[in-house]
This record gives sequence, structure tokens and C-alpha cells, in this order.
Amino acid sequence: MSMSDSGSWLDRSHTVADAGFSRWLVPPAALCIHLCIGQAYAFSVFNLPMSKLLGITASAADDWNLASLGWIFSIAIVFLGLSAAFGGTWLDRVGPRKAMALAACCFGGGFLVSALGVYLHQLWIIFLGYGVLGGIGLGLGYISPVKTLITWFPDRPGMATGMAIMGFGGGAFIASPLSVYLMKQFSSPTHIGVMETFVVLGIIYFIFMMIGAYLVRVPADGWTPAGWTAPTTQTALVTTHNVHIDNALSTPQFWLLWGVLCLNVTAGIGVLGQASAMSQEMFPGRITPAAAAGFVGLLSIFNMVGRFFWASISDFIGRKWTYAVFFALGIALYALVPSTGKSGSIALFVLFYAIILSMYGGGFATIPAYLRDVFGTRYVGAIHGRLLTAWSVAGVAGPVLVNYIRQYQIDSGVAKADAYTVTMYIMAGLLVVGFVLNLLMKPVDQRFYMTADGAKK
Amino acid sequence: MSDSTQDNSTKLVLSWALVGVPLLWGFYLTLQNAMALFW
Repeated sequence: MSMSDSGSWLDRSHTVADAGFSRWLVPPAALCIHLCIGQAYAFSVFNLPMSKLLGITASAADDWNLASLGWIFSIAIVFLGLSAAFGGTWLDRVGPRKAMALAACCFGGGFLVSALGVYLHQLWIIFLGYGVLGGIGLGLGYISPVKTLITWFPDRPGMATGMAIMGFGGGAFIASPLSVYLMKQFSSPTHIGVMETFVVLGIIYFIFMMIGAYLVRVPADGWTPAGWTAPTTQTALVTTHNVHIDNALSTPQFWLLWGVLCLNVTAGIGVLGQASAMSQEMFPGRITPAAAAGFVGLLSIFNMVGRFFWASISDFIGRKWTYAVFFALGIALYALVPSTGKSGSIALFVLFYAIILSMYGGGFATIPAYLRDVFGTRYVGAIHGRLLTAWSVAGVAGPVLVNYIRQYQIDSGVAKADAYTVTMYIMAGLLVVGFVLNLLMKPVDQRFYMTADGAKK
Repeated sequence: MSDSTQDNSTKLVLSWALVGVPLLWGFYLTLQNAMALFW
């Protein structure tokens, strides 16, 4: 029994699969986690109801304003990045089940604490509940199945992680209508049912994530898929060695990939947040608010499907080429978007953004396999966790860039329909930088490889 | 069919249904809303 093994069913030793176990049972376990934590993308459905908890029909003087409520999501994303960065090494030690169970406690518990915050009408309790506790659940939940999936699917690592990370994109599809339905059920003419909805969601998510923790298994040492043999020689960027987590951060490859992810996310996330307003302003009178909401929904679908599609494609064409396609195609599409507004082609506008958002999702889903190719499987979970800080940075940089440039353009007298032109060219410029960073990727220097006995050099 | 194969098949169907049904439900609702863009 190892030092971290206490004999509990949560320990790694209790998750080793028996002979005959089907590896196809592991993706549903990962999806149980990612479908739940993907709720984060839909948290905005609570903002408006929470701004009227006292006034009910309209905001009262003591009600929370939307700007303050926006901090709940921001705090959650910051703690997602921090817990993923600092929890990865612990996860590697204790295994996926314990990490998934802790993620379930934090994420479900975050909702329950937030329900208390709504009941007492204390915003700081919600910051602490959904923001801090829920954010930790998000981070640990996000990275917990990655290494396990890569170990089970050494022949198709992109497809395997793509399936799980697709769930994160799909979680919002479920959470949004479910939250609206529950709030409707618990609301009355004198009460908005946010507190009760938080309690029900907290319990549902806890149970669902614990089912994932129960289902997950790690392969026995030395297991390989039937008919598959591990490559013995290094090919291009795919290493047969491992790099220790402490050494990974000293390599230029880690920071190149950090930049690659950050730039790909920055370009996508800024547009995603402004999609509704942008579509209506670029096609005034032709795209209604209802159609704009449909446009956002369509982008979410492409964001989700792109995660599975591009990550699976990367197993065949390689990660470097996949990212090269993201950047090259992204540059062309961003540069062409303003012309769709000028020509009045809604179909091309929607098509271009659908492809852009599929590559945004694809970037998230392909990065774990890219890391595994470059740094090996041993510390891929922890290294992936550290790399997700790029997401936190992009989550702030992307929307700020789009919002400020648009406002600057409008303040300078540019028509609203043309206010996004410069933004699109800047996004294309960011992708040029990303393209170059990706081009610079080379195998890690041999001095960073771990020795055969598993020690770092 | 051996017991373990049958057991695996049942588990596979149940676990994929557990995640697949809610995912398809959400996907369908989102797609339905997205159609407002075209009609």
C-alpha cells in the first residue's frame, strides 16, 4: 500500500481494472464529470433572476446589480485555473477517483453554499460558494480524467480526450434549459426560485459526478490495447520518454504551447461573449434578438462538436498540423468576416463563425494529446493543469480586447456595423503569432527526459 | 456469450445511455433554438 493509499474505495489501488474490463466504459465516466462542470458556461442564466431577488418583477434598491453578479463566474474561472495548476500533481499521486469525488464535493457543495448565500442575500457567500468552492471543483474535475483516458487510449489519445472535453462544451446545453425549468417550477408571484434551483442542481451534479467517480478505472501496469504495440522509436514530435512536471516548466516547449493555447482561446472567447450583439450590429434589422440567440446556440454546437472532431482528426494528421490548420484557417476566416458584413451575406457570416468556434473548441480538446506527445504520459495530467492558466489569462484578455476595441471605434465615430472590422484584423494578427509559435515546436531536449528508473534529471 | 462479455455489454449500454440521453436532449433543444436564425 502506498503512502497515499488508505484502503478506501477512492484510492487508486481500488480503481485498477480487472482483466476483461472494456476501456469504452471510461469515456462515460469522464463525461459524467465534464457534462456537469460544463454548467459553468450557462451560469449567466442566473444573473438576471438574481438581480431581482428582492424586487421580484424589477430590481429593488438593495438588489445585486449585474456587474457584481458577473464576478461570480470570473472568480470561478480564476479558481478553475488555480486548482488545475496546483491540483495536477496531487491528482497524479492519488488517482482519478479521489480527484473526481473531491471535484463532486466542491462543485455540488458550491451550489449548496450559494443557495445559503441567496437565502441570506449575502453575495460574498455566493462568491465563496460557486466562485471559490465551485471553481476548485471545476478545475479538479476538468483535469481528473485526462491522464486516465490517454493511458486507456494510447492508440487514439486525441479522440479519447476530445470525447471528455466535448462534454464540457455540451454541459451548458443541459444546464441552461434545466436551470430555467427548475426556476420556473420554484418561482411564485412573490418569490424567485433561485435558492431551491441551486439546492436541486447541487444534489443532481454531486450524484452524477460521483457516478463518474464510481465508474472510472485505471489500467493495470503494462496494459496495452489488444493488437497495439507501443512505438519504440521517436517520430517527429511524439516522444517515447517522459518529462517530469518540475522540468516541463523549464522547457521552451511548455511556454510555446502555453502561448498557442492562450492565443487560440483569446481569439475565440472574445467573439463567443459578443456573438449576440455582434451579429445584430453587423446585420442591423436583419438579425433579430431571437435569431441572435439562435446564432449563439449554433456557435455552442460547433464549439462542442469541434472538440470531438478536431481532436479525433489530430490522431491522424498530428497535433502540430492540426494547430497549423486552426491558425491558418482562422487567419483567413477572421480576415474575411468583415467582408461578409459589407456584402450582407448572413449565411457566410454564420458559416465562418461556426468554423472559427469549432476550432476554438478543438484547441481545448487537442491540447492534452499535444502535451502527451511532447512530454510523455507520466505527468501529462499535472502539466495540462499548469497549462490551463493560459485559459484564465485568455478568459480575461479576449473579452476585454473585443469590448474595448469596439467601444473605441464607436467613440471615434465608426458606424456600429463596421466597429468590429479592426477587432477581426487584430484577432487574425494574434493567430499569426500563434501560427509562428506552433511552427517553432520541436521535440524536448533529451536532458529533460526522466531516467529509466523514473527519476528526474 | 460469456458472463463477463454480457456484463460488459450491459454496463456499456447503461453508462453511455446515462450520458448520451441528457446530452442529446440538450443538443436537440439548442438546435431547435438555433433554427430561429433561419426561420
